Amino acid sequence: MTAQLEYPDIDDDNALLSIQGLWKVFGPKAQRVPRRPELAALDRAALAAKTGCTAAVRDLSFNVAPGEVFVVMGLSGSGKSTLVRCLTRLIEPTAGSLIFEGEDLRAADEKRLRELRRSKFSMVFQHFGLLPHRKVLDNVSYGLEVRGESKPDRRRRAQEVIDLVGLAGNEHRYPDQLSGGMQQRVGLARALANDPDVLLFDEPFSALDPLIRREMQNEVVRLHREVGKTMVFVTHDLSEALKLGDRILLMRDGAAIQLGTGDELVGAPADDYVRDFVRDVPRADVLTLRWIARAPRDGELLDGPELGPDLLVREATRLVLESDRPVKVVDGGQLLGVISPEEILAVVADPADSHWSAQSSVRPTD
Amino acid sequence: MAAITSDVHVEVRRPRRSVVIGVLLVVWVAAYFVLSGIDTLPLGGQETTGFHRWLTENRDFVGQGNIVFDTIRSVVDQLVVLLQSLVSQPSYGRPVPVVGWLGVVAISAYLAWAFGNWKVAVLTAAGLAFVGLQGLWQESMDTLALTIAAVLLSLLIAIPLGIWAGLSNRAFKVATLILDLMQTLPTFVYLAPLTLFFAIGPAAATIATLIYAAPPAVRLTAHAIRSVPPESVEASRSLGSTRGQTLTKVLLPMSRSTVVVGINQTIMAALSMVTVAALIDAPGLGQTVLKALQTLDVGVAFNAGLAIVVIAIVLDRVTTAAGDRPWRTASVRRKVLLGAGAIGVLVAIWFSRTYVWAAEFPSSIGVGSRIAVIAADVTTWVQDVFGGFTYGVRDAVTKGVLNPLEALLTGSPWWLVGAVVVTLAAILGRWKAAVPAVVCIGLLVATGVWQDSMVTLASTLLATVVVVAVGLTLGVWAGRNRRVDLVIRPILDAGQTMPPFVYLVPFLALFGTSRFTAIAAAVVYAVPVTTKIVADGIKAVPLATVEAANSVGSSSWQVISKVQLPVARRAITLAVNQGLIYVLAMVVVGGLVGAGALGYDVAAGFAQSELYGKGLAAGLAIVLLGVLLDRITQAAAPKPHGKGDKQ
Repeated sequence: MTAQLEYPDIDDDNALLSIQGLWKVFGPKAQRVPRRPELAALDRAALAAKTGCTAAVRDLSFNVAPGEVFVVMGLSGSGKSTLVRCLTRLIEPTAGSLIFEGEDLRAADEKRLRELRRSKFSMVFQHFGLLPHRKVLDNVSYGLEVRGESKPDRRRRAQEVIDLVGLAGNEHRYPDQLSGGMQQRVGLARALANDPDVLLFDEPFSALDPLIRREMQNEVVRLHREVGKTMVFVTHDLSEALKLGDRILLMRDGAAIQLGTGDELVGAPADDYVRDFVRDVPRADVLTLRWIARAPRDGELLDGPELGPDLLVREATRLVLESDRPVKVVDGGQLLGVISPEEILAVVADPADSHWSAQSSVRPTD
Repeated sequence: MAAITSDVHVEVRRPRRSVVIGVLLVVWVAAYFVLSGIDTLPLGGQETTGFHRWLTENRDFVGQGNIVFDTIRSVVDQLVVLLQSLVSQPSYGRPVPVVGWLGVVAISAYLAWAFGNWKVAVLTAAGLAFVGLQGLWQESMDTLALTIAAVLLSLLIAIPLGIWAGLSNRAFKVATLILDLMQTLPTFVYLAPLTLFFAIGPAAATIATLIYAAPPAVRLTAHAIRSVPPESVEASRSLGSTRGQTLTKVLLPMSRSTVVVGINQTIMAALSMVTVAALIDAPGLGQTVLKALQTLDVGVAFNAGLAIVVIAIVLDRVTTAAGDRPWRTASVRRKVLLGAGAIGVLVAIWFSRTYVWAAEFPSSIGVGSRIAVIAADVTTWVQDVFGGFTYGVRDAVTKGVLNPLEALLTGSPWWLVGAVVVTLAAILGRWKAAVPAVVCIGLLVATGVWQDSMVTLASTLLATVVVVAVGLTLGVWAGRNRRVDLVIRPILDAGQTMPPFVYLVPFLALFGTSRFTAIAAAVVYAVPVTTKIVADGIKAVPLATVEAANSVGSSSWQVISKVQLPVARRAITLAVNQGLIYVLAMVVVGGLVGAGALGYDVAAGFAQSELYGKGLAAGLAIVLLGVLLDRITQAAAPKPHGKGDKQ
C-alpha cells in the first residue's frame, strides 16, 4: 500500500541518516511480522486479530540530508513518535536498517549507542521530560554530566546554550517555576548542550498554547539558521510541518503515504487521504506559481510580466490580478506556462472545493 | 440508610442472586432447628487435639535447633540491644543509656527540623517531653528502639525490592501477588508462627513487625518508580545515560516524596505492631497496656495508650512533613542554622552523658499517675452514670443479635455451615470462590478449633455489618460533600494511625469485659478505612456523569442510588473486604478482654506452654478465616471490563 513516492530523493551517499525497510511491531513474537509477507501485508485490524501484534512502523525507507529539517507528520497513533524513538533505538526496531554517517546503528552495542546518544543525537520531548528536582542549569548540563565532563566545563557550555535559547536569568530556577514555553526552551537547551549532529523533536510544541507555539516555531527556525543542525521533527500539525519542514513524510497506520516538500503535498496529494489532510491549508501560502501555470492558449498574448516559478501564489496575486494580460512563469529563460486571474482565484477564493493537483492545473476547475 | 441503598442496587443488578441467597439462609435456619447440636466439634478451654499436642512437642525441634533462624535471631537481637542501650536500657557499665533523655529529645527535634520543618520539631520535643512526664520514658524509648530497629530492617529489604519491582514488570506482578496476600492476613497471626521459629522476645517481635511493616514501603517504592513520567526516563536515555545513572539521577530523586509516604506507612505499621508484639514479650508501652488490660486497670492502660498515640502522632507528622518538603538545595542561611543546631545537639548529648538530671527523666512530676487516676475516676463515673445504659445496649445486642447468630454458627453441624458457606461462595464468585472456600473449611476443621472459629466468625460478621452501614453512610456523605470530607478525613487519619490496642481501652470502660466490647472496638477500628475507601470511590465518579444525572432532574437520593453507588461498586466491595479484615484482626485482639474464642486461644498459647500447639492452631484458623472472607468478598466484586493493556 506504499504509495508511489515521487520526490527529489537524496541518494544514499549524501544522506546523513539512511533508513531502509524499518519496522517496529509491538506484541507477541513480533519478529515474524516483517519476515512473513502474508503477515506484513495485513492491515492494522487484521494483524491485531490474527497475531495480537500492532505494527507501529511498517516498512519505512527514507534518507535525511545533512542540514535538512525533515518533518514526520501524521495523526495520533500513526506511529510517528515510535519512528523517531527508533532512530536512536530508544525503542528497539523490529527489522530494517539504520545507517548514520555510514555506521550501522542497529549493530551498535550498548556502549557505542550511549556514545552516539551522548555526542551525535539529542531529543526534545512533547512533555519536556525535565527533571523537576534539578535547577535549569543542572537540567541543561545533564547530558554533559552523564558523559563525565568536569563541572566548570559543563557550567560554561550550559550557560552558552541557555543564552542561545533565551533563558538567561533563569539558570537557578526550578522547572515548575517556569511557564510551558520556558520549560520547552530548557528542553531545547538540554538537547543543544551536547552539540549533537542531529536534533530529534517529538511533537515539542503540542502541549503549548498557540501564541507560544508560534514563538517557539520561530525559535526553531532561528536556531536552524544559526546552528545549522539536521533536524527530524515530528508533529501532527500540518501548518507547523509546512512552516518548518524542508521535506515532509506523511504517515498513516505506521506506513508512509507520501514524502515530499510542502507544496508537493498540497499541490500533488498522493491519494484522497493526503488530499483530505491538506484540504484546509491556505493554499496561496504554500503553492508556488509552478503548480498553477498552464500552457498558453491559442492566441494569448505572451508579452506580460515575467515571474519565477518558486514565487508563492500569495506573493504573485496582486501582480497577476492587476496585469491586463497573462503573467509568464519563466525558469532560467524557459517558459513554463502562463497565469491569468482565473488560476489565482481558483487557489485563493475557494480552496475547499477545488482539488488542486498536477493534473487539475491543466484542466478547467469545476 | 446506605445499607438499604446497596440492597436496592444489588437487587436491580442481579435479582436472582439475592433471592437465591435469601432462600439459602432460610433453609439454613430451618435445618438448624432440626440438626442443632449434632457434629458441632466442641473443644473445651484446656482441651487439646492430637494435632495441637504434636505442635507443642515439636516446638523446639523446628525453632531453636535451626542454625538459620538462630543466626537471624541473634543478628536482630544485637541490633535491638544496641538501640536499646543507646536510648532506653542501662548500658556499658553505666546505670543509664548512652544518650539520656535530653540528648534524645535534642536529636529527635533536630532531625524533625532538618527533614521536616520547625513546627514538627517543636511537636517532637513537646511530644517526647510529654511521654517523659507521663512517667513512661523508658517504656517509650523501648518501643521507639524496637520500632527503629524494625523500620531500619524493613527499609533495608523493602526499598531494594521496591526498586526491583518498579523496574521489572515480572517482579512487579509477583510482588503484588505476595503483598496482596500478606495484607489480607490480620497482624495478630504473624506472631504465633514466628514464635515457633524465633522464640518469644524482642527478636521475634522485631521480625514480626518487619514482615508487617515492609509491604507498604515495597508497594509505594515500586509505585513511585513506575509513575516517573516515561519522558523523563527517555530524555535521560536519549542523552546517553547508563542504567545506573538513570536510576540514581532520575528515577530515585523523582520518586522521593512517594517513597517517603511509603516510609511513613512503614513506620506507623511498625509502631502499631511493636505494641501488639507485647503479646510475645516485646518490651515497651505495649507491655504496659497489656498488663493493665489483664488486670483491668483502665487508668494505667489509658495512660500508656495515650503515650502510644502521642508517639504515633509525632512520627506521623514528622514523616509527612519530610515528604512534603520540596527537594531544593538548602539556602546558605539554612545551612548555617543547621550547623548551629548540630552543635546544640552535641551539647545536649554531652549534658545527657554528664548530669543525672539530663540522663534520667525526672520522676518527681507525676503527670502519668494523675492521668491514670483521672482516667480511672472517669471510668468509674461513666460506669456509674451510663453503666445502666451502655450495659443495657450491650446486653440487648448480645442477647438479641449476637447470641442467636453465634448459636446458629456454633450449633449447626460443621458440615451444614460448610455447605452453606461453599454454596454462598459459589453463588457470589462461582468456582473461583468455591474452591478456596472448600479448602479453607476443610483446614478449619482440621485445626481442631472449629467451634472457637465460629464464635469469632459470629462477632466478625456482626461487627462487619455495622462497619459497612456506618462506613457507607459516612463515606457517601464525605464523598458528596467537600466540607464534610475536610472535617472527617483528619479524624479518620488519626484513627488509622493509632495502634489497635488503644481502641480497647475506652470500650473496656464503657462495656466491661465481653464479646460486645471487642465488637465495638472492632467497629471503631474498621470504620475509618471503610469510610475512606467509600469516600474515595464516590469522589472518583466522573463529575460529568453526576452532572448528566442531575441535568435530567434526578433527586439526590436517585443520584446516590442509581449513579454514584453503582459506579463506585468496586470501591465499595473493596471497602467491605478491608472492613472485614480489619474487624477480624480487632475481634482477635479482643480475645484479651473477654471476647474469648480464637483470640483467647492464641493468647493462652503464648502464656501456657502446654497450650502452645492449640494457640498455633488457632493462629492458623485466624489466617484461614481471613483468607476465606477475603476470597468470598473479592469474588463478589465485579470484574473490570475490557483489559486493554497497552504496551
